[in-house]
Amino acid sequence: MKIGILAIQGDFAAHAAMLRSLGAETAEVRRVKDLADCDGIILPGGESTTQLQFLKEEGLFEAIRKFAKQGGAVFGTCAGAILLAARVKNPEQDSLGLLDMTVLRNGYGRQLASDVFFEVSKLKKEPLEMVFIRGPIIEEVGKGIEVLALHEGKPALVEKGNILAATFHPELTDDGSVHEHFLKLAGSHVAAASQPR
Amino acid sequence: MQAKKTNGSGNGHGGKVKGANEWRVKVGLAEMLKGGVIMDVTNAEQARIAEKAGACAVMALERVPSDIRKEGGVARMAAIKVIREIMNTVTIPVMAKVRIGHFSEAEVLQALEVDFIDESEVLTPADEENHIWKHDFRVPFVCGARNLGEAVRRIAEGAAMIRTKGEAGSGNVVEAVRHMRTIVSEMKRLTTLRDDEIMRTAKEMGAPLDLLREIAKTGKLPVPNFSAGGIATPADAALVRRLGAEAVFVGSGIFKSSDPETRAKAIVKATTHFEDPKAILEACEELGEAMPGIDVRQLEEKELLSTRGW
Repeated sequence: MKIGILAIQGDFAAHAAMLRSLGAETAEVRRVKDLADCDGIILPGGESTTQLQFLKEEGLFEAIRKFAKQGGAVFGTCAGAILLAARVKNPEQDSLGLLDMTVLRNGYGRQLASDVFFEVSKLKKEPLEMVFIRGPIIEEVGKGIEVLALHEGKPALVEKGNILAATFHPELTDDGSVHEHFLKLAGSHVAAASQPR
Repeated sequence: MQAKKTNGSGNGHGGKVKGANEWRVKVGLAEMLKGGVIMDVTNAEQARIAEKAGACAVMALERVPSDIRKEGGVARMAAIKVIREIMNTVTIPVMAKVRIGHFSEAEVLQALEVDFIDESEVLTPADEENHIWKHDFRVPFVCGARNLGEAVRRIAEGAAMIRTKGEAGSGNVVEAVRHMRTIVSEMKRLTTLRDDEIMRTAKEMGAPLDLLREIAKTGKLPVPNFSAGGIATPADAALVRRLGAEAVFVGSGIFKSSDPETRAKAIVKATTHFEDPKAILEACEELGEAMPGIDVRQLEEKELLSTRGW
């Protein structure tokens, strides 16, 4: 299985290291053609304003939307979750709109509000380690979106079908459970695509 | 994965959970800036231009390095009013510079809640013996380095990001290249040494043994390694990225050029597509004149900024 990681700007190297430790093949995605044989794509943390600008210039904005619509798995962390949301606040900005949710950028404040927490999740019995770095807050989610974990009463890990979003950074921890979960999503896409129709 | 590896090591808090977590979110923010361009700005309007051009962060300062060089005098932390205006104008992280060793300036910036502090040789040093003990702060710090020993000393003091010093305000990339090549080749050499030889290297470099042993294992600094000092063109940015810089700081290079907006965008593009000459060519296509440059060899010892700090 091959997972593309958007490598415009941000912590793409941390995601790659995590995926490789779980046995997945990775590819850096900077152009539309880099997406070609990927089973899933990760939109990493970083600055969503910078990333958005490149996505549009490179034509990746439409290409990623198409990839998701065709069943490709997409996982966004922090800035990536902002890009996936249907509505972005503080300030308003364009986004891929692949998850029906409203996201508040820099929801907790500046860097001094960055911190690490342990929260209950649906992924495993033990609490999930959540590293928040100038993280966004998911203010509300639409129907059909499953909330897999909360932080301070707000959704922090959500999914719908082949799309997964986290407002924190599992790639900066030793805990591979969120990425393992994403690989399962990507794997079910591969299986579905190879079925005879 | 760097944050993971550094967790609890070299953080001066004896591996306590609180200290370890603090260290991780400091290095974590540095991780988020990788692949991007951090631009020097002196007012809110420049910050707006930088953000629009795709900067991943801005550095607030009183004067850009080339003006500091020209005008002389004592260069200090920027006026709070200006930094606050910049913080209110952009949504990307805002960094600001303090003088080497000036922990009171740093405390003021922490109270202001800037996102990153640069303990910088570009400003006039406040202490010629000691750097700031950066573990005392919750705001992450970046520090300049010319070689591995200097980089590791700063990391031991709590720097969550290292950048080459280069020669700021010169428009000349030669020193940034020298410093990046030095740091990278010293790390490579370290990976070939036995533990007993690393002890000797620690003595020679004046750097802590535990961090050197960690670097010997990974071949990398335990914090992100960026480049600064003299980067003026898209090709300069691509060059330092090729040599190992994980992101780029551009100081005078943007707002001292004839076309700040176009140049800022072009440098951002070249930094992301650093391995793609066609993309760098495209980035260069519309550019006007770069900032005027200085032959660093013509500078006198006292005019060099990179020799400040140790």
